[in-house]
Amino acid sequence: MRRLLPILTVLAAIVAVWYAAAVWMNATWVFDQAERNGQVVTWAEVIPQTMAQDRPLLPPPHQVAATLWKGVAGQAVTSKRSLVYHSFITFRGTMMGFGLGILFGVGLAISIVRFRVMEMSVMPWAIISQTVPIVALAPMILAVSFQLGIESREVPKAIISAYLSFFPVLVSMVKGLRSPDAAQLDLLRTYSASDPQTFWKLRLPASLPYFFASLKVAIAAALVGTIVGELPTGAIEGLGARMLIGSQFGEPLIMWASLVAAALLAGVLIVAVGLVERAANRRMGVRA
Amino acid sequence: MNTTAPVIEAKGLNLVFQTADGPVQALKDVDLAINRGEFVSFIGPSGCGKTTFLRCIAALEHPTGGSLTVNGMTPDEARRRRAYGYVFQAAGLYPWRTIAGNVRLPLEIMGFDRAEQEARVERVLDLVDLKGFGKKFPWQLSGGMQQRASIARALAFDADILLMDEPFGALDEIVRDRLNEELLKLWARTGKTIGFVTHSIPEAVYLSTKIVVMSPRPGRITDIIDSPLPKERPLDIRDSRAFIEVAHRVREGLRAGHSYD
Repeated sequence: MRRLLPILTVLAAIVAVWYAAAVWMNATWVFDQAERNGQVVTWAEVIPQTMAQDRPLLPPPHQVAATLWKGVAGQAVTSKRSLVYHSFITFRGTMMGFGLGILFGVGLAISIVRFRVMEMSVMPWAIISQTVPIVALAPMILAVSFQLGIESREVPKAIISAYLSFFPVLVSMVKGLRSPDAAQLDLLRTYSASDPQTFWKLRLPASLPYFFASLKVAIAAALVGTIVGELPTGAIEGLGARMLIGSQFGEPLIMWASLVAAALLAGVLIVAVGLVERAANRRMGVRA
Repeated sequence: MNTTAPVIEAKGLNLVFQTADGPVQALKDVDLAINRGEFVSFIGPSGCGKTTFLRCIAALEHPTGGSLTVNGMTPDEARRRRAYGYVFQAAGLYPWRTIAGNVRLPLEIMGFDRAEQEARVERVLDLVDLKGFGKKFPWQLSGGMQQRASIARALAFDADILLMDEPFGALDEIVRDRLNEELLKLWARTGKTIGFVTHSIPEAVYLSTKIVVMSPRPGRITDIIDSPLPKERPLDIRDSRAFIEVAHRVREGLRAGHSYD
């Protein structure tokens, strides 16, 4: 309860602001309608009408919740209208991109720490890569992978997702692998430890706290990357495609429901990473 | 092996560090012979080269002149033959390993088999009075116990020489007294040759059979004192006349080093 209370307070504040904004934004349409019909409406009449429009400028929370519920519980999970189905597609893409990003980030970090020339040649490019807007890059990655004859949309999506998620892993792992101090390295030298032994016995375990800290950022980035990868035209599956369809066909409720679904998915993923981190910490003897 | 030859022998040892501010003479013309089973303390103010000399013995630094042998070999060779265990000022235990896991670290690296590792870990933990603490993590132990674990780690692979760089410098005096007493017992039981760097005159006099007084700029030896104290040393020996006389001579040596510049 202690931990829940602050979260619920913020949630309540968001919902309140959301309702206020919904009334304010959707009222314009009600007033326009009334003026066209030569009627005068009072605020008492306007407010209920802002709560139940078919195409509201800003759907109020309960409408979004209803659409979300319909998308989750109202369909078979295999249906193309099911948000569970689309969430799963996005989840699968996120995990692929996340895995790829971890592999790439850790691998690059190891070679950068091991070879000075890698640091001087690769690190600047890794940083530059993150300054290019992913929305601009995503369609190109898609186009190029189609040109290369890759039929599946999963591959370019995973690449776009990995493109965003490898960077926090890389930066943290470089720092983590370098975290052992001179005394700790000297200790291993007195045992005549080899480079691989120094890596496995000292550098790698010392870097794990940095690794887990970066995973929380990386998984969120992987999700964003996946959704962006689903946005470009042609996508029919995934939460990103669902958002695009909602916006293109003037169905704000679908768009908002997908958005909330994406936020929920992000929350679940971050909690899952947190649980893995806690389990790992316990195994590594970190003070509870 | 010839038992009368010195275990560690330095002749005309020099070490010059190249720094941004120009060369710094860390060690100048150091001559010293340490025999098997001796307990040698190095004492002197900061920058006198006592730690640097210890690191040269351990092949963590490489002298720029003169000769240095450990068991008749170069320090690098001696290290490869596991001639010494090194204890640093900070216990430096890996927080992700248990106490037993930390003591096992050098054994894993040196490729002892599983059963041998367990047997040795048990034996050295017993030796430093940490029996039953093997499964604890370092943060669950006091500073003094952590340092004992790090001594156990240095003893685990049976090196003849134990090099200790201010191992008790960060501990309070009461803990330090007790650990000094235990270290003497350990030394008597194992017969190891010990090189011990310290800032503390009473600690050096209480522990050592030989005290090497050093002074800075350039780092050099100003006095070598062979202690007249008996091998058996209860804590109250520090009130004896002989003890006070040795401590006085050390203090004189340190003062002489200071008036040099």
